[in-house]
Amino acid sequence: MNRPSTVRYQYPKALSEIPLPIAQAGVLIDINSGFRTSRPVFDHEKCVGCMSCYAVCPEGTIYRGESGLQVDYDFCKGCGICAKECRFKAISMVPEEGENE
Amino acid sequence: MSKKEFMSGDEAFAFGVKLAKPEVIAAYPITPQTIVVERLSDYVADGDLDSQYIHVESEHSAIMAALGSSAMGARTFTATSSQGLLYMAEGLPYVSGSRFPVVMMNANRATAVPWSIYNDHNDSMMFLNSGWIQVYVEDAQEALDMAIQAFRLAEDPRVMTPVMVNLDGFVLTHTYELVEIPDQELVDRFLPPYQTEHKMSLDAPKSVCIGVGPEYHMEFRYRQHHDFDHFPDVIREIDSEYREKFGRGYGVLSEQYRCEDAEAVLMTVGSITGSVREVVDDLRAEGIRVGVMKLRYLRPFPTEDILSLPESVKAIGVLDKNLSYGYEGTVYTNVNSALSRGNRRIPTKDYICGLGGRNISKENIRQIYLELLNPAAIQEGEKVSFVNLHLDQEVDKNG
Amino acid sequence: MAENKKMTLNNLPEEELFFGHKACPGCGGSLTLRLVMKVLGPNTFVVVPANCMSAVSFYYPAMNFGCNALASAFPCTAATMSGIEAAARAKKLEDYTVVGFAGDGGTADIGLQALSGAIDRNDRIIYICYDNEAYMNTGVQESGLTPFGAKTTTSPAGKVQHGKLTHKKNLFDIITAHGIPYAATASVGYPQDLINKVAKAKACQGTSFLHIMAPCPTGWSVPIDSTVSVAKEAVECGLWYLAEYENGEYKLNKDPKEFTPVGDYIRKQGRFKHLNEDEIREIERQRDATWVRIHEKW
Repeated sequence: MNRPSTVRYQYPKALSEIPLPIAQAGVLIDINSGFRTSRPVFDHEKCVGCMSCYAVCPEGTIYRGESGLQVDYDFCKGCGICAKECRFKAISMVPEEGENE
Repeated sequence: MSKKEFMSGDEAFAFGVKLAKPEVIAAYPITPQTIVVERLSDYVADGDLDSQYIHVESEHSAIMAALGSSAMGARTFTATSSQGLLYMAEGLPYVSGSRFPVVMMNANRATAVPWSIYNDHNDSMMFLNSGWIQVYVEDAQEALDMAIQAFRLAEDPRVMTPVMVNLDGFVLTHTYELVEIPDQELVDRFLPPYQTEHKMSLDAPKSVCIGVGPEYHMEFRYRQHHDFDHFPDVIREIDSEYREKFGRGYGVLSEQYRCEDAEAVLMTVGSITGSVREVVDDLRAEGIRVGVMKLRYLRPFPTEDILSLPESVKAIGVLDKNLSYGYEGTVYTNVNSALSRGNRRIPTKDYICGLGGRNISKENIRQIYLELLNPAAIQEGEKVSFVNLHLDQEVDKNG
Repeated sequence: MAENKKMTLNNLPEEELFFGHKACPGCGGSLTLRLVMKVLGPNTFVVVPANCMSAVSFYYPAMNFGCNALASAFPCTAATMSGIEAAARAKKLEDYTVVGFAGDGGTADIGLQALSGAIDRNDRIIYICYDNEAYMNTGVQESGLTPFGAKTTTSPAGKVQHGKLTHKKNLFDIITAHGIPYAATASVGYPQDLINKVAKAKACQGTSFLHIMAPCPTGWSVPIDSTVSVAKEAVECGLWYLAEYENGEYKLNKDPKEFTPVGDYIRKQGRFKHLNEDEIREIERQRDATWVRIHEKW
C-alpha cells in the first residue's frame, strides 16, 4: 500500500492562519468507508495473484500484503467490481454489519 | 542610457512588457489592443524577447492559459479589450482568487450593444469586483512605466494579486507621443526574475484552485479582502523606488493637481486628465480656484486620498466614462462611499461622459467646473447628468 | 531515452496518485484517472475542469491528487494545460507530463474550442476525455456524447420525446481531422489496452488525445459492480470501438467478427428502459452504419 495517510488538519483560528488557496498535494483528513454496505473478502486459496482486481478498483484499495492480496477497508467503498471481475471467484462480497446496516 | 522614441500607447506598453521579460504570453487579438500582441509577437519572432507566446484561440483560453502558466511560477502577461475582457470574465476571479500575479493590459473600449470599437470604461468597470488590482494610465509614458511597475506590484509577496492596467482605447492606445525608454539593465535591477514558492513544482506538488465549502469559504474571502489593506504601502514603495531609478513617478493611488485651496474638484480616470489639467490652469489664470484629482487605482480604492482633500473643497464632480444603467456611474458610487466613510459632507455630482468615444471638449469641462462652483445648486439639483449629448432636449422630469 | 519495461496489470506502480476521493462507489471516471496516473507517474501536472473528478478531490482541506493538480474552469482544460506546458518549457523542466481529464460534455461541448486550439498549436499535452455519456456532476443532463435514445434529466423519456433525439457526436473523427499526432479510443473494460495507449500518449512529442469509455453507474442506472462489465459489453455489441490514429493512419485494436445483440446491452441499463423495439433497431442501424464507415475508411 502506497497512499497518503490521514492527518489531523489544523483549521485557521486567526486571519494570519488562513492559507492562500493552494494546498499541499495528497492530504487525507477522513476515511471513506462510511456508506459501504458490503465488503470484499479474499479467498486466498482461490486467488492466483493475477492483479486483475487491483487494475479495476476505482479506489486503489487492494494491495499486496504478507499473506496475499489485502483490502484497505478504510477507503474501500464496497462497489464490488473486484468480485465481479475476478475470473477465479476468489472474492466474495460480505454484507457489513452494525452501524452500516 | 535611456533614449526617447515616438510611440503609441499600445507600442509603449508592449515595449514595457518586453523590458519586464515575461516568460509566457497568452493573448488574443482585439481592437484596439491588437498592436500590443503584434509587437510582442515580433519581439518573440525576432528573438528580442525570450518568451513562450501561446497563440490561443480565444480570450477565455488566454486568461486560463495565463492561469496555468502563473500557477507554474512563470511571469505571465495577457492583453485584451472590451468584449474580450467580458469573455475572460470567468477566468478573472480564478486568477485573483488563486493569487497568481498575472499582468493584463486592457484597452478600454465600449461594450455591445450598441457595439462600438471606441473608448469608454464600461468594460473594466464591470470587473471592479473581480479581485484584480485595477490601475488606469493617462499617457504613453505612464503606460510603459506601469507595464514594468505592474509586474513588480503583482509579484510582491505581500500582494500576489493580478494587475489590470487600463489604457483608453484609441485616445491613448493609438496616439503617438515622445516616450522615454528605460535602460534594460536598470529595469532588470528594479524587476528581478519572479521567484516564488506559491506554485506547482515537481519537488513540492500542490493542489491549485481548490474548492472551499461553506464552513471556511468566508475565511478565505476575509483574507483576500484584508490583504488589500497592505497594497497602498507597497504601491507607494514601488513608485518611489521607480522615481529614484528612472526619474519618473506618478503618486500613489491618486494624484492631485492644484487641489490645495480648490473650491471645486473634478475626479478623473485615465487619459481625460490631461485636458482637465489644462482647463484647471486656464481657470486658475482667471483666479478661479479649481483642481483635479486623477484616480489612478480603482482597486485598491484611494479612499484616504479623497478624504485628504482640503476643507476648501465645496463641491466634487466625477467624470464617469461608464454607467450602471438606471443608477449612476461606478466611480461616482465609489467616491461617495469614500466621503461617507470619512463623514465628509461635500455635495457631489456625476458627469456621465465619453460613452462609446463621444468627444469631451475643454469647453464641456469648463462648464462642469463653473457648475460645481455653485455648491448649493449641486446640493439641490440632479445628481447624474450626461455631458455633450447630441439632443436638443433632455429628460423632462415633469413629463 | 531508456527503454521502459512494458507496463502490465501485474506490474503497475504501487503509488496511488488519486486516492481517498469522494466519488460514488463504482465510478468509471475515477477508475480512469487512477489507471492513467499509474502510467504517467508522479512527475505529472494534472488539469481537471469543473466536473465530478475535481468536485471529489479538491475540497479543502482534503486534497486527493498526490501530484500537482489544478482544478480549472469548465471550458478550458486544454488551454490551462497549454499554459502549464508553456511555463514548463520556459523554465526548461525535463521529465514531466501535462495531462487533463475532462468529461464528455467538458470535451465535446463546452471544451471543444480550447481543445481544438491546443491540437492546432500541437502543444505537448495529453488530453483525456472520460466519457460517461452525460453531464453527471450536475445530475445527469444530456451532452453531445449522450447516445441516441438515452434518458437524462434534460432528455427525459416523455410522452412525445423519447430520450436523446440525436446521435452521439463523432468526437474521434473531429479530433483526428486536426491531424493530431496520436489519438485513441479506449475503455475501462479493457485496462491493458488503456494502459498501452496512455504509455504511447506519454511518449508522444505533440498533442495526444484519448477518448475513454467510463460508465457512470448512477447516471446509467446499472449496479455499481458492473462499471467494467458494461463497458466491455459496449465494445462487444459494437456501440463502442477500440481504435488508434497515429501518423495519419487508423488502426482497429479490436474488430469483432460478430456483435452481441444491442438489445442485451440496452436492456441492462435504466437509462434505456423506455426504448421500444423500433428504437433499438434504430440504434443497431446506426451502429452498422458506423462500422461500414470504419471498415471503408480505415
